[in-house]
Amino acid sequence: MSEITFQLNGSQTTVPVTSPTQTLLDFLRIDKGLCGTKEGCNEGDCGACTVMIADENGTRALNACILFMPQLDGKAVVTVEGLAGPDNTPHPVQAEIVTHHGSQCGFCTPGFVMSMATAHENDAKDFDNQLAGNLCRCTGYAPIIKAAEAAANAPRPEWMADLIAPPSLPSKRASEAVRIAQPSSAAELGQWYLENPEATLIAGATDVGLWITKRMMTLDTVAFLGGIKDMKAIEYDDDGMHIGAGVSVSDFLTAIKPLHPDFGEMLRRFGSTQVRNAATIGGNIANGSPIGDSPPALIALNAKLHLQKGDEQRTIALEDFFISYGKQDRQVGEFVRGITIPKQVDRLKAYKISKRFDQDISALCGCFNIIVNDGKVTDARIAFGGMAATPKRASNVESTLLNAPWNEETVREAMEKFALDFTPLTDMRASAEYRLDTAKNLLLRYFYEDTGVNTRLLSVTP
Amino acid sequence: MSVSKPLAHDTAPLHVNGAARYVDDIPLPANAVHLAFGWSPIARGEFTALDLSQVKAADGVITVLTANDLPGENDTSPSAHDEPLLSTGALHFKGQPIFIVAATSHHAARRAAKLAKIEVNETDPILTIEAALAANSRFEDGPVIWSKGDSDRALAKSKNELSGSLPFGGQEHFYLEGQAAAALPGENGDVLVHSSTQHPTEIQHKVAHALNIPMNAVRVEVRRMGGGFGGKESQGNALAVACAVVATKLNRPAKMRYDRDDDMIITGKRHDGRIDYRVGYDENGLITGLEFEHYIRCGWSQDLSLPVADRAMLHSDNAYHLKDVKITSHRLKTNTQSATAYRGFGGPQGMIGIERVMDEIAFALGIDPLAVRRANFYADAPTKPRQTTPYGMTVEDGIINALVEKLANSAEYDERRKSVAKWNAENPILKRGLALTPVKFGISFTLTHLNQAGALVHVYQDGSIHLNHGGTEMGQGLFQKVAQVAASRFGVDVSNIKITATDTAKVPNTSATAASSGSDLNGMAVQAACDTIKGRIASFLANQFGVKAATVKFANGLVSAGGETMPFAKAAQRAYEARVSLSATGFYKTPKIRWDRVRGQGRPFLYFAYGASISEVLIDRLTGENRILRTDILHDCGTSLNPALDRGQIEGGFVQGAGWVSMEELVWDDKGDLKTHAPSTYKIPACSDRPMVFNVDLWQGENREDTVYRSKAVGEPPFMLGLSVLAALSDAVAACGDGTVYPNLDAPATPEAILRAVTGQENT
Repeated sequence: MSEITFQLNGSQTTVPVTSPTQTLLDFLRIDKGLCGTKEGCNEGDCGACTVMIADENGTRALNACILFMPQLDGKAVVTVEGLAGPDNTPHPVQAEIVTHHGSQCGFCTPGFVMSMATAHENDAKDFDNQLAGNLCRCTGYAPIIKAAEAAANAPRPEWMADLIAPPSLPSKRASEAVRIAQPSSAAELGQWYLENPEATLIAGATDVGLWITKRMMTLDTVAFLGGIKDMKAIEYDDDGMHIGAGVSVSDFLTAIKPLHPDFGEMLRRFGSTQVRNAATIGGNIANGSPIGDSPPALIALNAKLHLQKGDEQRTIALEDFFISYGKQDRQVGEFVRGITIPKQVDRLKAYKISKRFDQDISALCGCFNIIVNDGKVTDARIAFGGMAATPKRASNVESTLLNAPWNEETVREAMEKFALDFTPLTDMRASAEYRLDTAKNLLLRYFYEDTGVNTRLLSVTP
Repeated sequence: MSVSKPLAHDTAPLHVNGAARYVDDIPLPANAVHLAFGWSPIARGEFTALDLSQVKAADGVITVLTANDLPGENDTSPSAHDEPLLSTGALHFKGQPIFIVAATSHHAARRAAKLAKIEVNETDPILTIEAALAANSRFEDGPVIWSKGDSDRALAKSKNELSGSLPFGGQEHFYLEGQAAAALPGENGDVLVHSSTQHPTEIQHKVAHALNIPMNAVRVEVRRMGGGFGGKESQGNALAVACAVVATKLNRPAKMRYDRDDDMIITGKRHDGRIDYRVGYDENGLITGLEFEHYIRCGWSQDLSLPVADRAMLHSDNAYHLKDVKITSHRLKTNTQSATAYRGFGGPQGMIGIERVMDEIAFALGIDPLAVRRANFYADAPTKPRQTTPYGMTVEDGIINALVEKLANSAEYDERRKSVAKWNAENPILKRGLALTPVKFGISFTLTHLNQAGALVHVYQDGSIHLNHGGTEMGQGLFQKVAQVAASRFGVDVSNIKITATDTAKVPNTSATAASSGSDLNGMAVQAACDTIKGRIASFLANQFGVKAATVKFANGLVSAGGETMPFAKAAQRAYEARVSLSATGFYKTPKIRWDRVRGQGRPFLYFAYGASISEVLIDRLTGENRILRTDILHDCGTSLNPALDRGQIEGGFVQGAGWVSMEELVWDDKGDLKTHAPSTYKIPACSDRPMVFNVDLWQGENREDTVYRSKAVGEPPFMLGLSVLAALSDAVAACGDGTVYPNLDAPATPEAILRAVTGQENT
């Protein structure tokens, strides 16, 4: 691709692609002088750069600091400068923030405005979730939430439809100037990746974004996967649920919640709204991180991983994908195509442990899927993130539980086996001792929860 | 009258549409260069060779400067001249700037800065309190000791005694806008600096020294900061000086902003440390003797550590009357970022000690901690007999008993104490905790000469008013509060007042906007300036109408004199035509204060601001996870200048304080490498971390001292309301045990710290 076309605050904009990794934030602030969108952290954690992005899949809040320009092709972008009406009538969220004293220093405010306006577009009223990716250091949040609540019932401003209308793309474009691929199907990606196996595949850029903004890497051969429609599907059949690698974590959350509510609850705390809107389930697996949150839950659910190379596919157990730190069972030119979660009775609990509930990387994430029949454990799949160099099953714990009576004595015996399964590290998130002790206690929590004891901290109200 | 109205922040309409301009948003000429520091890869030692060839050769690089290239003083310290802008060889912490890259873009400068080849001789860094004590690595010759009465004798005579130790963490400011500055070269060596700073005069002073020019050749302008919290009192010096040096050298504008990681790696944070205590008490929990030993980790340079550590000592008593007390303070020098000002400025560190003491006494006696606190409170005013602080200041304005009484009633403390106990009896895993903690915070800079402020007010012939003063706006709403004062003096609507950027060319020799002093000092200075102009207009009109000046009234946008009423604009125009000066400066210095920091005696504060909070928390004993269920606050702002803005300070301060004692954790490794240098690893409270139920109310009562409209300072005091969260978490941990072992919960009470404390309960 050589140029991209998008709608910016209602105006069709076409810009040449000079670098595949120029961020939207830099484009806005440096090239366009639109300085309302702020840089707070440059890594997608503070939300000061939040913008509204719309396309045929809906309207989403995204972090502009880790959003690459080619990802915008064909989309509508709304920034804080463009949100008010044509006669400068403020959007209801803007008006209510002023009324409720929701801004102090004002630096985070544009990001909050855009997250709130996007929630307003989507009629979303779970504001703690909608705003989990926006940090404010001044207000203590209470007045911001009041503003969001006050704006919630205001009608949608009539000018919003024009703002989020997609651009008209040119039918024919100049030939490729730089090595940036934008495949539109898995087959196309398969062929291109075989020819360019050194390339970086970019889906949501929530991880690759930081390679650029923090590690200051240069990428020249990249493929943007956002346009691959056949990797964005979620389908169901007798084998279970098939999820394309390109499905966003947000969309996956919506789909998994009815089947495995606790997986949904864990994903509610995965990144933030902005991050979940960008991040894909395939990316969370393919990057091989030992602290990604979806793999342990998927492993506990016995998920299968589908890989594709050229036009050939193979399927492996997800747990077998993770070989060692930084090493996965992925061949040169091969990419993650999707996953399948087998149909099953829901016994999954996914316990994400971090210093902060929302938008924090797990110190450890323990996922338990223990089947009990007639008072005996008949199957146990327990997988952890943050406890080893890869997402890993607790096989000694599992085998102690298997065929044993489901009681506290068994659980206490199994708890002692965690030390055989894991030798966790100490880092800034937690010590090795805390990780191991908590892992043990999470099995106890699962048991207590199963027997009706209240263990749900977040469900307790004053 | 404009004062006391809950008006919105003056810039709120611009905040919400992205039009409020911060330093990085100011358009600069196209030839501007962008700067980045290259910094020390080790915590202690020296660099022996510096190969910058790859840096210089990198794309976009214009020039690279080392210490040898500086034209004037190589120093950015606000105090002891011990903080070189660029290292001359010695390396004192990982992150210490060694060279400056100037490049055509921010990214080019950052990228190039990483290409230096730095050869070093590494020495074992001094990182911990223990290591610093062992090496006698400290500021000042030895510990500072202040005392009142005879704590030794009192402790010996006490019925009960206990001792303990509380480590507490530091805190990253995490202002959303990182440090930033820009400098534009002027003619004849002059320079204009835009800086995100709480202290424009300090920037002016440091830039002047760095360039070897007088202060009158440097103009510093600050419209607003995207948050400060103390982190922009001295920490902006390095960027501003670097920009000024480069701008002058290249004769091109220069801008520097820290990427978030650089910001957290280079700049100072709240002082962490430890408090050891030994306390004697009677059967009611009344303290009969007390000794504190403060160990404060100051980092590599002195910066503001001495006054911070002083203020910690000055708040050792918090709201409690201590008869026999000794406070010893060690100011330890370590190979870490130079700890600096942070909201409360040592006050939180001092108070956390005595609040822990109150809780532990209650635990030992098996009585409600609130009863112990009440037994020890300073009496409410008027106080008889006279009660003094450990530093000899009479507490004349006490209200804490009445305030706590009102809060405990409205928040149903006693009933909830019972319901918490009931819950804990019924729930084996999730435990609740409840606590009330008070705040008494001293208002004034302890360095007495800083307690002054200036203002410049113009009235134009059309009646519009131009307002300027030495305070800076960092989100706290100072500009609006002061504008309300000006509007009230002239009897006009606040929309008549043009708020303008802080500018060293308009008001000189300003103090930092710090110590919560902004509206107290600048409000009074502005009031004086307005009254001067108003007096001139009144005299002129009185003369015209043959009445006494005192009878001329300014109200509702009108001026009335001798039976005639005219719009303020008309009065201004008439005065102008009669050749009356409509411009005035104003000045204020805080009365009554005097302070001998060597003896630790005097009246360092004009008055105290009070408050109290009750927090109820819930912990998971299996994981240490926790949350705040409900917080009730009653806080004293005197007669509030703007109750909406004051409430914002209270709510925001509380959440920040709660963050300090709960989730915010700075982690260094054993090489002195800060591992938590981005929001991905350093967690400030997010939206859902605020209390689920959050009741905030303002105490109704005026300041007994003659402050601006009898208001009280509000910037820092509410931060310490967050201490109720630590006390409540500790209370919840205690519910996991049988009442025999005190939880000794460390701060910050992360899930890990809580689980450790819970384990201590279970092993009993």
